[in-house]
Amino acid sequence: MSRPTSPSINRREFVAELVKSSPEAMFVAGLGSSTYDLFAAGDRPNNFYLWGAMGGAAGIGLGLALAQPSKSIVVLTGDGEQLMGLGTLATIGAQLPKNLTIVVLDNGHFGETGMQRSHTSLGTDLIALAKACSITNSHPISDIKAISQISDCINTTTQTSLFQVFVKAQEVPRALPIRDGVHIKNRFREVLGLDPL
Amino acid sequence: MTASDTSVASWKDDIFNVLKAGDIRQVTYVPDAGHAHVIQAAHADANMKAVVLTTEEEGVAINTGAWLGGERSVLLMQSSGVGNCVNMFSLLHSCRIPFLTLITMRGEYAEFNPWQTSMSKATEACLQMMGFRVLRVTDPAEVEDVVSAALDSAFEAGEQVAVLISQRLIGRKKWNKD
Repeated sequence: MSRPTSPSINRREFVAELVKSSPEAMFVAGLGSSTYDLFAAGDRPNNFYLWGAMGGAAGIGLGLALAQPSKSIVVLTGDGEQLMGLGTLATIGAQLPKNLTIVVLDNGHFGETGMQRSHTSLGTDLIALAKACSITNSHPISDIKAISQISDCINTTTQTSLFQVFVKAQEVPRALPIRDGVHIKNRFREVLGLDPL
Repeated sequence: MTASDTSVASWKDDIFNVLKAGDIRQVTYVPDAGHAHVIQAAHADANMKAVVLTTEEEGVAINTGAWLGGERSVLLMQSSGVGNCVNMFSLLHSCRIPFLTLITMRGEYAEFNPWQTSMSKATEACLQMMGFRVLRVTDPAEVEDVVSAALDSAFEAGEQVAVLISQRLIGRKKWNKD
């Protein structure tokens, strides 16, 4: 799948729609713009915001999906964050939990550090990679109208899925969620009925 | 010492039994001969998910996710893997995640491969710099007790705990040509 020359999707609008269409899902957001996008869509205790651990979002989603098979888990991350954890796609492909959906907001750039081009705009095909890692239900998304295709996967939890969403490489207003990891963890676990230590 | 690293040994059973009794549900690993028995037993146990990794830092992330979802987990790796994890360990500290890792040591005792020795010398210090409590076992009779204590420190006190399994305990890796 070649990337569109001028992607039309606004990441903030897209994430707001995605959250609205998947109200029961537990979200893990990767370091950087994805965390801001998820917060901008409305703060909720079932959001786990990452402020570090670059490359770890999909792994956190996997551990969570294995622990909570009756919950739908969404990893919302960027191309740069996912590229740092490419091996995790193979690890996920070896487990294939049905309740895990990975949504990569791909602007083809490292948006947080000066908009340097990333590998996905320099030839790397994430969908081909995901499929090669046996995540067969992997699809590129170029139109915000296709959001129901993603939310159907999130809400039915029938197979591991990955969506590469081509978004505009644009600066959006900063929207900064809480940074206290212990608090983020405890309120997230509370949604699942889990007490603090 | 005549044991080789793949020998059957009762301390390997002890480790699995402690993990089982401690309600460990996810076992993430990069293989090592010293961990082979526990990995095999975890795959065979219907109440455990055994997750093979491409690199050790994935295990730090997955085990964090397991805890977010209410499951206890353990990361099995060898000492060289500790260096691969360092930045990801910050996740454990930032979110105060109870965390247990069992690390087979390489490069420290009767080592044949010189490329293993530098990470071996840095393993314990790396873990301590990242806030871990580090325990070590060399005597097979101590394994059960030390791993059990580590598991309690992790999941009762909420610490990040590493148990280093001495290369002397694991035994010599066979390098003979067949």
